[in-house]
Amino acid sequence: MHVWFSFINFEMQSTFIMNEKPDYARDITEIRSMMERSSKFLSLSGLAGVMAGMYALAGAFIAYRALDFNPGDLGTATDSSLWKIVVLALLVLVLALGTAIYLSWRKANKSGEKFYNATTKRVVSAMAVPLIAGGLLMLAVLLKGLVGLIAPFSLIFYGLALYNTSKFTYDEVKTMGLVEIGLGLTGTFFIGYGLFCWALGFGVVHIVYGIYLHYKYER
Amino acid sequence: MKISINGLHKAFENRVRLGIMSVLAVNDMLDFNSLKDFFDITDGKLASNMKALEKEGFINMKKSFIGKKPNTKYYMTKKGKKAFEDHLKALEQLLKSQK
Repeated sequence: MHVWFSFINFEMQSTFIMNEKPDYARDITEIRSMMERSSKFLSLSGLAGVMAGMYALAGAFIAYRALDFNPGDLGTATDSSLWKIVVLALLVLVLALGTAIYLSWRKANKSGEKFYNATTKRVVSAMAVPLIAGGLLMLAVLLKGLVGLIAPFSLIFYGLALYNTSKFTYDEVKTMGLVEIGLGLTGTFFIGYGLFCWALGFGVVHIVYGIYLHYKYER
Repeated sequence: MKISINGLHKAFENRVRLGIMSVLAVNDMLDFNSLKDFFDITDGKLASNMKALEKEGFINMKKSFIGKKPNTKYYMTKKGKKAFEDHLKALEQLLKSQK
């Protein structure tokens, strides 16, 4: 009896293997996933956006309250507290970048991918050009004492960097870049709202997009 | 050319080869190590599959030097692009007819 059953079982298995049809649907899914994984940087973490937003809001708050920084026109606040603002801004930048890199690295590891692959390289170079150009421009503007332009310019160039990078990552990054550019231009036209726009752009926009990306892609 | 009755190319029956073609379809040029990052296989296995695709004339390589280190980049040929597109079309047709 037992032998008979196992014979049937054997026969069923072998016919199954012989008649196994190639799974075309799986082929298509695999092709798609390969194309996407190799052309888009998808390790971006929503949580990193939320954290960056928090740092930015905290930074803007400290600048406004503790350091009394809110330039009403192009060249105010050229006093001795300026270097504190610069240090604060750099601190926020380093914290946000560090968190983003760490979380993206963790996400890539979790999904069994290399963090630094061809797509990461492309994202880094697409970001680097507008950001370095913007950074040098901001340095020049700062040296000329036009402090009021720093916050809006940082928004504009960050927005350009995002817009430029969006083709290599999630599509939403494109609109995020446009929003940042819009806020930067608003801050340039109305210098008095420069710091407010900056807090909105680097704080609120990051948090909103971070939560959105997290719910859309990470669950 | 080795094309089976249903229009699917024999060279793409292997999933690794299909994967290599997919990656090179959206990346202009990649060196071996960048390509390897997307696969979970040994160097030898990837290399032998690349060789097979090269033999078909679907991919080609361009050798250059970075400093003194040789650097080989792979890309998809026109012939490869056409074969890959035809394969995709055939897959699509088969899926439609299966329903």
